[in-house]
Amino acid sequence: MPVILEILISLLLVSGGIFGLVGSFGLVKLPDTMTRLHAPTKASTLGVGGVLIASMIHFAAFGREFSFHELIITLFLFLTAPITAHFLAKATIHRDFRPKDLPATGRPVGWACFETQPKKTPAEK
Amino acid sequence: MISFALTFSFVCFGLGLLFNLYRIAIAPGIADRVLALDTMVINAIALLILYGIREGTAVYFEASLLFAMFGFISTVAYCKFMLRGDIIE
Repeated sequence: MPVILEILISLLLVSGGIFGLVGSFGLVKLPDTMTRLHAPTKASTLGVGGVLIASMIHFAAFGREFSFHELIITLFLFLTAPITAHFLAKATIHRDFRPKDLPATGRPVGWACFETQPKKTPAEK
Repeated sequence: MISFALTFSFVCFGLGLLFNLYRIAIAPGIADRVLALDTMVINAIALLILYGIREGTAVYFEASLLFAMFGFISTVAYCKFMLRGDIIE
């Protein structure tokens, strides 16, 4: 049984390392800011998630007791990665794009980075 | 077998940190630098967890949890600053 667990932990560690390396390499390799957002937010998060799960299995199998510590960090990282990506994309649009370069929103209000929220009528409040 | 996998992961995340340092030094805009810092925090968390596995102690969970929280908060604060020129209005 420990041999199977060792193989599982090693697989998780190796795949996590590869995903982390790919994520960081994409940060250097990809051509512009908006495409560069993809690499770290997806691949790196998956890589660190693999390492954290490997650590959890390791301490459950060979340590003293089972704990959910790593699962908390994994959950936190998986929740916060999309939020940071969204904020960075918004900041990039705000700084590097002009309103006429962007596609139409198809709604009466334009992109949130450039137009203010329309005033609400008393009926909507 | 686990020690070989650990060494491989150490090398991978260390190389990742070097790539991030390069991107922080040479970047076309400020958003790229903030993104590289965020990725650097994620790689540092992975390295801390790997070191915890190698040493066999559970001390490094708290450190990595703090890293995760402060990395997220600092990235959001930087983005807010880029968007509005102010963090708390």
